[in-house]
Amino acid sequence: MNRTLVVVGHGMVAHRLVEAVRSDDVDGTWRIVVLGEESRPAYDRVALTSYVDDWDAERLALPGCTYSGDEHVELRLGDPVVSVDRAAKRVTTASGFTQDYDALVLATGSRPFVPPVPGRDLPGCFVYRTITDLDDIRAAVERATDGRGRAAAAVVGGGLLGLEAAKALRDMGLSPHVVELAPRLMPLQVDEGGGSLLRSLITELDVTVHTGTSTDAVEADRGRLVAKLGNGTELDVDLLVFSAGVRPRDDLARDCGLDVGERGGVLVDATCRTSDPDVFAIGECAALEGRVYGLVAPGYSMAEVAAATLLGTPASFPGADTSTKLKLMGVDVASFGDAHATTDGALEVAFNDAVRGTYQKLVVSDDATTLLGGVLVGDASEYNLLRSLVGNPLPAEPAALLAPAGAGDSAVGVDALPAEAQICSCNAVTKGAIVHAVTDQGCDSVGAIKACTRAGTSCGSCVPMLGKLLDACGVEQSRALCEHFAQSRAELFEIVRATRITTFSELIARHGTGAGCAICKPAVASILATLGNGHVLGGEQVTLQDTNDRFLANLQRNGTYSVVPRVPGGEITPDKLIVIGQVAKDFGLYTKITGGQRIDLFGATVDQLPLIWRRLVDAGFESGHAYGKALRTVKSCVGTTWCRYGQQDSVGLAVELELRYRGLRSPHKLKSAVSGCARECAEARSKDFGIIATEQGWNLYVGGNGGAIPRHADLLVSDVDTETLIRIIDRFLMFYVRTADRLQRTAPWVEELDGGLDHLRAVIVDDSLGICAELEEAMAEHVANYRDEWRGVLEDPEKLARFTSFVNAPGTPDPTISFRTEREQPVPVLLGVPEVVSR
Amino acid sequence: MTAMAEQTWVAVCAAEAVPRASGVAALLDDGTQVAIFRTEDDRFHGLSNVDPFSGAAVLSRGIVGDAGGVPVVASPVYKQRFDLSTGRCLDADTGDTVCVATYPVRVIDGVVHVGSS
Ligand code: SRM
Ligand SMILES: Cc1cc2nc3c(=O)[nH]c(=O)nc-3n(C[C@H](O)[C@H](O)[C@H](O)COP(=O)(O)OP(=O)(O)OC[C@H]3O[C@@H](n4cnc5c(N)ncnc54)[C@H](O)[C@@H]3O)c2cc1C
Ligand code: SF4
Ligand code: FES
Repeated sequence: MNRTLVVVGHGMVAHRLVEAVRSDDVDGTWRIVVLGEESRPAYDRVALTSYVDDWDAERLALPGCTYSGDEHVELRLGDPVVSVDRAAKRVTTASGFTQDYDALVLATGSRPFVPPVPGRDLPGCFVYRTITDLDDIRAAVERATDGRGRAAAAVVGGGLLGLEAAKALRDMGLSPHVVELAPRLMPLQVDEGGGSLLRSLITELDVTVHTGTSTDAVEADRGRLVAKLGNGTELDVDLLVFSAGVRPRDDLARDCGLDVGERGGVLVDATCRTSDPDVFAIGECAALEGRVYGLVAPGYSMAEVAAATLLGTPASFPGADTSTKLKLMGVDVASFGDAHATTDGALEVAFNDAVRGTYQKLVVSDDATTLLGGVLVGDASEYNLLRSLVGNPLPAEPAALLAPAGAGDSAVGVDALPAEAQICSCNAVTKGAIVHAVTDQGCDSVGAIKACTRAGTSCGSCVPMLGKLLDACGVEQSRALCEHFAQSRAELFEIVRATRITTFSELIARHGTGAGCAICKPAVASILATLGNGHVLGGEQVTLQDTNDRFLANLQRNGTYSVVPRVPGGEITPDKLIVIGQVAKDFGLYTKITGGQRIDLFGATVDQLPLIWRRLVDAGFESGHAYGKALRTVKSCVGTTWCRYGQQDSVGLAVELELRYRGLRSPHKLKSAVSGCARECAEARSKDFGIIATEQGWNLYVGGNGGAIPRHADLLVSDVDTETLIRIIDRFLMFYVRTADRLQRTAPWVEELDGGLDHLRAVIVDDSLGICAELEEAMAEHVANYRDEWRGVLEDPEKLARFTSFVNAPGTPDPTISFRTEREQPVPVLLGVPEVVSR
Repeated sequence: MTAMAEQTWVAVCAAEAVPRASGVAALLDDGTQVAIFRTEDDRFHGLSNVDPFSGAAVLSRGIVGDAGGVPVVASPVYKQRFDLSTGRCLDADTGDTVCVATYPVRVIDGVVHVGSS
């Protein structure tokens, strides 16, 4: 530890530099001091806009960004460097802290460019670069919303960053304006054809686009702002976000006399050295051989180069891939290679499909043999493949490379790619490196490839290609349900539906092998139940069920069960509360309020279950599913009935939904909640389907859960009326029930759907597969055929007879069960786990 | 073999009280609980009803099936599978062999008998 490396700035690129030095500096020759201006350690700025989804900054943190436990790295945040003394080799921060260096790396990134518009400093004007910027924008939106209904906003800039800002505003519930000086959106990335399609797709999403016009002035007007555009339009808004490009932060370098590029940026050579050999610059602040790159991938390459140089390994910048692929408000936009056909003699092949809403252009060499670049709008599913083909001979006719939607993959597979084709451009990982990881390092899943090569760990757009490469290497990602069925759950569902098989025995005899097991039996029982085959304990079905479904209650650790009466929407009368209390008292049950807005009664023996249900049924209850892969609860908040802020009757809707979907058997449990306004007291976005009231109706979110891997649900449709809402939920649930894997909740299911949320929306909102009527019909059947399962047992002596502890001593309680008292309630006496026999 | 001769057999229930591919629990006079299983091919098996992993007397409520052709029951608590003929656990992660006691079961004139020694 003899030399000190000082890094100015702690953004994405600085973090990559520290990681690279630390991983290769095995002897610890460098002590690293990182001085950052922002108060947070490095985070994923590329994903900044997703901060709006949950306002959870932790989620954006880059792995390992605090270097805790690494004594070679010191991180000082919230204190910018204000000067560099190159003669003394010392930097000074705003707070007066000084630090000597042997080598200095500037990684100060960019600042947002704000055009010199009069009034641009007025309160209500923002930029879009940091988490703090977003917090400020959110506060302004909330202030404006509290004042009067919906806030209005405009974004200056219609490029990549401007559209990102517009998306953030839209996700906050606004309908922003976007003002762009150039005649089209994203002028740097897409051509005119792509730009005009992009404009119409984005306009459909409630964003007003003004292109070909400047923003001339901003004026304050009674607490609001007026933005005056060059074409005479005046926009009345609460806030204005400048997001019109960036400028490199090269002021420290200028002040200490380092050379800067013609258009700004700290001038560096291909090894990232500035005009002072002890000072380096990397990332967006650097002008590498005069050129500034505004993307993270070239920054990462610079970090690797600088790290190698610092450790004495010769390295130089390999050149950059400036391809981009984005999903802007659900619209795919991608450009790669020579997108504007600037190469001599380049030919363009364009396909404009107004019906599908797609625009695709390929740029090829003058002899049409080599792919040079392209632009994709509306559908960028072939982006990764095409991008990795740039510079290589075309494996097929240009037209064949652009597969129409629904036709599956294009004519070219991953097989066609050369080993040096870059699959992951964020992390510069080639096909060869990935194939090596699979064949020689034993990676057998996408997760393993990520861990081993880093591919897929940044923007994630290459992840589907990783799966395809696994397939191409012959690594089978098996979907077989278990050893008895080679089919997946979804395939079995379709078999049962099509063949109308009604028993497990017949299904396994015809489509499986052996006697079945604890995996396939309950899965098939669930399929049979969804398709309406009578009581879940009817006939052979009883032997297929997990113990919870077999006894219609939750098994506890001591062999007793818990009963959780259904309390739809969490709404309950005092009389019913008294009944629950009385039942618990009479049967000596432990009671607890659950996390699902109901009351759990614990410690019932098998013999007691029907007696408890009898009491509940007589009082107008049914028992409930706290077990089973079925609908659990629909939680609610108080809503308009009582709450000052309520916008719709959330309790009423929750009750209606719980009664509609109760008993629906599904691949995993299903949870729901309804909140009466955007304050979200019912936590609807942590549910498989969650509903939040708006002024006009309801917003439906899908694919959320709490549990082990929490995920917020995504907005599927907004401002719909109750009838439409229920229709879409019907379709959503039935589509899920049909196609998901066993024990796959809706969140991973949506994520794994080819095409994700957009595909889901196409299928169940736009009916792209033409199956909506069928899905609705299936749900209507479920609703019509619902029967109270617990009452069903009480009314059937044969089923009732199964609720005995001992076949030869009905009524004798299990002698191993006993209780003691804790906090005034009975709790199980822990059974000594019997000596485990080992031989 | 001599031990077998001293076996005492207790009649516990009618064969049809044990549906195919499922189990029931029987309580013996000494308080032992035996889980009696009937496989798809009408063979009967007896295991201790106590799940060695949780201590709960619930094995009779597990799902009956096969693992690679060997008839098994999966405990309803943590889902480990036990060989119905030998009581051996197929899923112990302890490295040791875990077993539950087995009991002979026979059916005479439609009545299930459990043997105990
Ligand atoms: C009783 C309750 C805890 C409580 O006292 O509050 C509970 C208890 C159990 N939960 Fe839960 N969960 C309960 C609310 C929740 C919640 C909160 C909620 O629903 O709002 C969550 C997080 C939300 C979610 O599911 O997304 C929750 C996430 C889980 C998970 C993790 C699921 C996941 O996707 O990661 C499991 C495990 C599983 O299902 O595989 C689980 C499984 C279980 C099981 C079934 C475990 C078991 O097999 O024994 C517990 C049985 C309860 C019983 O015997 O009655 N429980 N559990 C809650 C019952 C609510 C109800 O009225 O239905
Ligand atoms: C909304 C948004 C979306 C984007 N989307 C993409 C995308 O899809 N693909 C892509 O490739 N790129 C994208 N980018 C660009 C990408 O984020 C940048 O290329 C990348 O963050 C550059 O990293 P950096 O470390 O060079 O700079 P930064 O991430 O800007 O980090 C520089 C850090 O240095 C700090 N700093 C500055 N001056 C000082 C000082 N004097 N002392 C101490 N600290 C200082 C700054 O506060 C900052 O924290 C996007 C950017 C934004 C804002
Ligand atoms: S983790 Fe929670 S829900 Fe699961 S069993 Fe334990 S206490 Fe119950
Ligand atoms: S291309 Fe971005 S993570 Fe691979």
